[in-house]
Amino acid sequence: MAGFLEAAGLRGAAGGPFDLTLGRGEAVAITGPSGAGKSVLLRMIADLDPHEGRVTLGGADRAAMPAPSWRRRVAYLPAEPGWWHEAAAAHFPDRAAAAEMMPQLALAPALLDQAIHRLSTGERMRLALIRTILPRPDVLLLDEPTGALDPKATGLVETLLALRLAAGTAIVMVTHDEAQAQRLGAHRMHLEGGRLNLA
Amino acid sequence: MTPIDLTPADLLIAASLVLVDALASVLLGLRLHRQLLVAAARCAVQLLLIGFLLRFVFAAEAPLLTLGIILLMVAIAGREVAARPERRLVRYGNQIAGLSAVALATFITAIFALATAIRPEPWYAARYAIPLAGIMLGNALNAASLSLDALLSAVTRERAAIEAQLALGARFRDAMRPLIREAVRRGMLPIVNTMSAAGLVTLPGIMTGQILAGLSPVSAVKYQIMLMFLLAGATGIAAVGAAYFAARRLTDERERLRLDRLH
Repeated sequence: MAGFLEAAGLRGAAGGPFDLTLGRGEAVAITGPSGAGKSVLLRMIADLDPHEGRVTLGGADRAAMPAPSWRRRVAYLPAEPGWWHEAAAAHFPDRAAAAEMMPQLALAPALLDQAIHRLSTGERMRLALIRTILPRPDVLLLDEPTGALDPKATGLVETLLALRLAAGTAIVMVTHDEAQAQRLGAHRMHLEGGRLNLA
Repeated sequence: MTPIDLTPADLLIAASLVLVDALASVLLGLRLHRQLLVAAARCAVQLLLIGFLLRFVFAAEAPLLTLGIILLMVAIAGREVAARPERRLVRYGNQIAGLSAVALATFITAIFALATAIRPEPWYAARYAIPLAGIMLGNALNAASLSLDALLSAVTRERAAIEAQLALGARFRDAMRPLIREAVRRGMLPIVNTMSAAGLVTLPGIMTGQILAGLSPVSAVKYQIMLMFLLAGATGIAAVGAAYFAARRLTDERERLRLDRLH
């Protein structure tokens, strides 16, 4: 595969060295036992934890780029996303764009007027996904994006992700759902014992 | 205007009140009399020592000695700030943040006061510089430790919220802004309360002392007002300083949130 996102020799709290290469419009699904370090791997790629290794995007070295610019292009969505305002709408710089995308994930745009803590886990997860996708990052790092969702919502999220893939976004996702990896046409990798291998 | 000088006998008469307290403790079974007497003795000894020390320092008229004593006071205040929060930054982070905050606050406001309003001759005269630095330090210490404690506990609690913003490409300082704001507020609230209550609920100690020592109430009040304003300045600088110095320790050159540096 053509290297768009290339990570080489990532080594940190989760073990390593990990190598990962991903082309535009490609997805990789990472499986592995709990605590194996799947989330830590995503955090390393997003440069949120100290670690060793080199990551490039379209040939541009991450180290040569300010960290916030990197994270705008390589956006990470944790399994339990945080919120920093009381109101849901305040998390979206472009409210209209958010409201437009929400029905695609079976969310009523009126939810934006709710307080975050009044939303269900599944609603929050989908809102967080929209928050991450809207700025059109080049790479999405998704940690169990459908973990808290029912089958219907899961299907909608997968449709949305497939659209992003078709538009050239690369996706690295952690999932326990083998069938989901298949539906998205993702390469499968397994992380266990500090090693990352093709599955 | 002549202060009424107290004799040792006067102090002993006042000490009889402490004995009354101790007696009450024995009669009521409070088991406090021992601590009470030790505390009273410590209070007398410590204050007498500092009185004699200050008399010596004032007479010596040695700027280096004055500076040395102020630096020592700053160091002790910095340590106090560092010790109060429940959470500790690694590699002496609390100490550095505390010390920088109180030192900055004290030196800026004390020098400002000595150079403008009070203007003793010379401006660094120990009789003015040391007490002034002492008052500033006491309040800067309070503000800095409240602010530092607020920031360090908020940053742990708000970890997910901060990292969610970082993960979307926010600058570390933007993600931290609400926490820093809250910490500075916490540090500055006491002086706001003190200023609003001054004269109504409380007669501030400095003013009371000056009136007892024979100064006219209006002169004492003018001094107190100036001190309050200086204290407002010192607490502001200390609260902002402590929060910013600590926040800088919580990130790195890649603008990560480094909670591994907090224990």
